[in-house]
Amino acid sequence: MAPILEISDLSVAYRSEGGDVHAVEHVSLTLNAGEVVGLCGESGSGKSTLAYGATRLLRPPALITSGSVRYSGRRITQGGEPADILAMSHRELARIRWREVAIVFQSAMNALNPVLRVQDQILDAVTAHLKLPRHEAKEKAASLLDLVGIPRNRLRAYPHELSGGMRQRVMIAMALAADPDVVIMDEPTTALDVVVQRDILAQIVELKETLGFSILFITHDLSLLLELADRIAVMYAGRLMETGSSQELMREPAHPYTRGLLNSFPSLHGAKRQLVGIPGVPPDLRDAKPGCPFIPRCGYAIDACSAVDMSLARVPGTPALAGHLTACPIVTPQVSAPDGAKQASQEGVAS
Amino acid sequence: MKSSVFRSGANIWRNLPLKAKVGVGLFGFFVLAAIIGPQVQPYTPGGQTPLTMAAPSAQHWFGTTQTGQDVLSQVLTGIRLTLELALMVGVIVTVVSVLIGVTSAFLGGIWDDVLSLITNVFLVIPPLPLLIVLLGYLSQQGQTATVVVLSLLGWPWGARVIRAQTLAIRGRDFIDASRETGEKSWRIIVFELIPNEVSLIAASFVNTVLYAIGASVALAFVGLTNVNAWSLGTVLYWAQTDSALSGGAWWWFVPAGLAVALIGTSLVLLNSGLDELGSPRLRATRGTAKVAGHRIWPTDPTPVLAQLEADHGRLGSFLRSFSRRSLLEGTAVGGDL
Repeated sequence: MAPILEISDLSVAYRSEGGDVHAVEHVSLTLNAGEVVGLCGESGSGKSTLAYGATRLLRPPALITSGSVRYSGRRITQGGEPADILAMSHRELARIRWREVAIVFQSAMNALNPVLRVQDQILDAVTAHLKLPRHEAKEKAASLLDLVGIPRNRLRAYPHELSGGMRQRVMIAMALAADPDVVIMDEPTTALDVVVQRDILAQIVELKETLGFSILFITHDLSLLLELADRIAVMYAGRLMETGSSQELMREPAHPYTRGLLNSFPSLHGAKRQLVGIPGVPPDLRDAKPGCPFIPRCGYAIDACSAVDMSLARVPGTPALAGHLTACPIVTPQVSAPDGAKQASQEGVAS
Repeated sequence: MKSSVFRSGANIWRNLPLKAKVGVGLFGFFVLAAIIGPQVQPYTPGGQTPLTMAAPSAQHWFGTTQTGQDVLSQVLTGIRLTLELALMVGVIVTVVSVLIGVTSAFLGGIWDDVLSLITNVFLVIPPLPLLIVLLGYLSQQGQTATVVVLSLLGWPWGARVIRAQTLAIRGRDFIDASRETGEKSWRIIVFELIPNEVSLIAASFVNTVLYAIGASVALAFVGLTNVNAWSLGTVLYWAQTDSALSGGAWWWFVPAGLAVALIGTSLVLLNSGLDELGSPRLRATRGTAKVAGHRIWPTDPTPVLAQLEADHGRLGSFLRSFSRRSLLEGTAVGGDL
């Protein structure tokens, strides 16, 4: 699988009078073609900042302090290098957005203008980015609704005449209007009940299969990702804690934080057990202490934890190709040694 | 909302936009002049000196009038009288419009119908003819008559706006909740409702003061007040009657006119500043932010630190945009889309 969006060593800070808030710290994440990567973490862990920072949608006082973001969609790379999103100008970004990288925003269903018909809003998006003649654009709008399973006669409906799930589908349809290679979904199902949520997720998977885009799926709901995603990245306090395929993550979570998350929701199978959850609150991102940010809440912390540089290393006993990586020095003792760390982080970027 | 309005004073001052700071400074200067002016004025405003129609000098900083009165003293007294009048009108109008607006929206029903009817009737009265007729009749009553008449005509606008805002807030859940917990109506109005309208009320107050200054100066200028009391308007009235303009005595009308203009400017600046203070969202989305020493617009892509540091500034990058290298860079990324 060819990488399509490569985020490497990305750091994003919010400048404030009390010092920089390091919302994302040296995060590397690769999205391959046709893959669903889930990004999960609790509120304020930097998952949305990571996605919006990589697409350069953050407003001041946000500032990208290091890293690179390389995009190599099929329309961009024909006989060329991957494009560096961080080096792009305003105009170049405008061409990338929506046509190449589309985003379904958090609480997107409230993003529809209540006084315009659904059709007009889809047409706005279509004509702004595709330059189609009027009748073709209309046909395109109708076919987009087909795509997400909304009857064509709803084109002339106003947003308040649609249910929450339908509005969310409209937003997804709009994101897919220009046939993007990458779709970033920021908690697209948060405000919906589980039945509608399931419907929409099934739809997303189906669309992904037919249209062949990749998804970066942001959510705080790890249980949802276990079903949906090919690979999962777990974030905490602006850092990647663990990445791996969803099966591996579910079966053998390496990082104590991932284990904590997995213990926070009940399993449908197996014996009844007490849910544990993770005690404590996330740290203040303003004065980052060296080492693992999870130490205060971690039941397993050892001395090496406060010295670890939080680069990802392969979990011992897993095949190198599987790409099950973690930043926890308890699981991967070699990380705490400086030399091993270098090598391991290289591996992490490459996979 | 509540916390943003009642933050510590220093914090509010730091967050104020520049124009509001200028407005506060300018208005503060005139308030100071109004307070200490009559104490420090070198002559009595009506008192005559041997120098007539004299240009500004060390004895008479703003010159003298045709009858030898000191213009500086007149202006200092005038600022006090005009500000006094305007602030009085502002307070009366604001109190009346809040009372009527909130009552009519909060009580609803027949109260709303009656109060809205009165408001609308006052709204459609053409103010200027009425002002001229009333003040022509009452002109010897001095400032009080002007205050009463301006207040009478000034309140309906504020009342309408506040009524609309109250209607919107009254429908919110926290009002229902406080009613369910048994709070009395006056308590709901004073502690739940009004704090949400502070910025609106403040803006309405500032606007009214502005209106009162403009109207009172204009009315005094045409002689519809007690012309023997020194306000900024009567200074201009006497300058006009004694043909200061044709006599070339610019020092007679410029200080008073400038004072009116500057007070007006300060109030406008203050008003837009209050607006942004009341709704921080307005402040966040407007204008540029400074990140790492560079101005960034809200619509700009997220800045990258390395590029900001390598940036040559606005002029530099403008010049650089003509270079061949930047042309190549500009097309390299897009490919054939």
